[in-house]
Amino acid sequence: MANNKFIVGLWDHEEVYLHAIEHIRHKGITIYDSLTPFPVHGLDEALGLRDTRLHTAGFMFGATGTTLALTFMSWVMTTNYPIDFGGKPYWPLPSFIPITFEMTVLFAAWGMTLTYLVRNKLWPGRVPRIFDTRTTDDRFALIFEADKLSDSELNEIKSLCTAEGAVEVKDKTFAEGE
Amino acid sequence: MHAYESEFREPLINGLDKTYTKITDDLVAPTERNSTMWWIMVLLTGAGSLFFVFCLAWTVWFGIGTWGLNKTIGWAWDITNFVWWIGIGHAGTLISAILLLFRQRYRTGINRAAEAMTIFAVICAGMFPIFHMGRVWDAPFIFPIPNTRGPLWVNFNSPLLWDVFAISTYFSVSLLFWYSGLMPDFATIRDRSKGKLRKKLYNIASFGWQGSAKQWQRFESLSLILAGLSTPLVLSVHTIVSFDFATSVIPGWHTTIFPPYFVAGAIFSGFAMVETLMLIVRKLFNLEDYITVNHIESMNKIIVLTGSIVGIAYLTELFIAWYSGALYEQFAFYNRILGKYLWAYFIMMFCNVVSPQFYWFKSMRRNLWVTFILSIFVNIGMWFERFVIIVTSLADDYLVSSWAYFSPTWVDLGIYLGSISVFLFLFLLFSRFFPVIAIAEVKAIFRTSSEAAKAERAKAEGATHGGFVLRGAMDKYSK
Repeated sequence: MANNKFIVGLWDHEEVYLHAIEHIRHKGITIYDSLTPFPVHGLDEALGLRDTRLHTAGFMFGATGTTLALTFMSWVMTTNYPIDFGGKPYWPLPSFIPITFEMTVLFAAWGMTLTYLVRNKLWPGRVPRIFDTRTTDDRFALIFEADKLSDSELNEIKSLCTAEGAVEVKDKTFAEGE
Repeated sequence: MHAYESEFREPLINGLDKTYTKITDDLVAPTERNSTMWWIMVLLTGAGSLFFVFCLAWTVWFGIGTWGLNKTIGWAWDITNFVWWIGIGHAGTLISAILLLFRQRYRTGINRAAEAMTIFAVICAGMFPIFHMGRVWDAPFIFPIPNTRGPLWVNFNSPLLWDVFAISTYFSVSLLFWYSGLMPDFATIRDRSKGKLRKKLYNIASFGWQGSAKQWQRFESLSLILAGLSTPLVLSVHTIVSFDFATSVIPGWHTTIFPPYFVAGAIFSGFAMVETLMLIVRKLFNLEDYITVNHIESMNKIIVLTGSIVGIAYLTELFIAWYSGALYEQFAFYNRILGKYLWAYFIMMFCNVVSPQFYWFKSMRRNLWVTFILSIFVNIGMWFERFVIIVTSLADDYLVSSWAYFSPTWVDLGIYLGSISVFLFLFLLFSRFFPVIAIAEVKAIFRTSSEAAKAERAKAEGATHGGFVLRGAMDKYSK
């Protein structure tokens, strides 16, 4: 891994934190990541994140489910093994609606969740880099990469964080492969 | 920054000493301590679960003849229990999905436990139709899997097959919804745990969650879309369960009112079960500040609404039976009320229609003992509703010579009571190792809806416009 040295700024109030992000980005400083204990409203805009395309993926998976279910049932009932159920039509479309709906939901939900796990790099047994254990408790963290920065630039970031209301600013270095 | 909330609105997180850390401490605490009471309950329900397994083994070994079914009544306790459990399983998704879409903040206190309850209830529900098959080892053939008999496929016209798809989809989507919400909270437990093994296990459970901005963004998108998908799903599941009856030609079942009537009943019984469990949980784990009387009152409002919908459905059925002029339909309902199952009908009427009417009074809605007792009444009433619908229509069929009466055997009773044990056993395991309240979601409403934040705001604004709640909060604050 290339990046092993980081600066971690910790805030304790989300509104101060959001203002800080705006000011820091305004100064042209790149924020490596932000860690929060819960989804903070307005964080995406403050960080300038692009909207997620997960819902588009969900629609695609759902449409796949719809198509598969309808095609499969039609093939079974008309081609592969047509059976006369008490004189009912061989291709009873209304009877297919419930299963088609269920399969749409099933495919959309599973497809989206798996995409979500892959895109977020989440899997059982993954060992994440913990910048500060309190980021899942009550601290809102900003992470800056420190590998390529000079000492004066590092100090500028640190003093800016403090000026913007960070309650703690610290260095964090990970061992190779951690 | 935060959505505005009227100061008159009652807080959803009580206690002026609350901070984010305090919330973490309070909500993780149940997973961090040992309790003798918990062990006693686990052993008891564990024994009950073993008896459940024993009764099922007995059924498989000796056959369905060990149940109280007879040549007239081929569906009784098993299907009643199945529909009862599925109904209970409806509240979880309703609370998480529909209340999320309606932006009801009070859901955050109860959604996690309600979702867990859904999953365990659906597990219990699934057991009944599977074991009613008799030869359980053939159960996979309910799915359209390739086979050597043609291949001979399942009948896609059959509501029983739709049910297979509906229930299995419902189970797996609820599981996804529940678990995707649990990951951040497992990470919270991981980051504060001391032991190495505990840290490792909770890390595995959290899938290595960090809480970065992009993760949260996708998280919110996922939960919103899953909620959007689950809302029609939850309605479809009980609709399809009702199709099992409504598409048949048995008097008393063959009615178009069944889908909405069953869905309302499911929500009704689901909320009652959530209340029964949450009232115990909040007491046992000291979570009174997070599952407040306000939460209980909101649920009671839904109970009185759905209970009344169910009541109107009962009366509509009677009216339509009379108005239709159909002889057999009229007999089915006459017989349902005044026949040999009269006692069951009146238990149902009393528990489901009369008892929730107490909730028109605010003092009743906010009384925890009344709520606890009525929630059990509703659970009993909803069990009898399914029993009445199923058994009364079957017992007295078209041939007088085959009229029969259903009495359960010890195996019937054992499987039913055993399934309640399994449900409680799973719920106990959940409450010991999982965060029973969604920690991250409670924190997300902290700044808008907590007593502490409201008092702070009032203090900042000089409390010139404080509502009644706030004035109380201010008094405490100044002390």
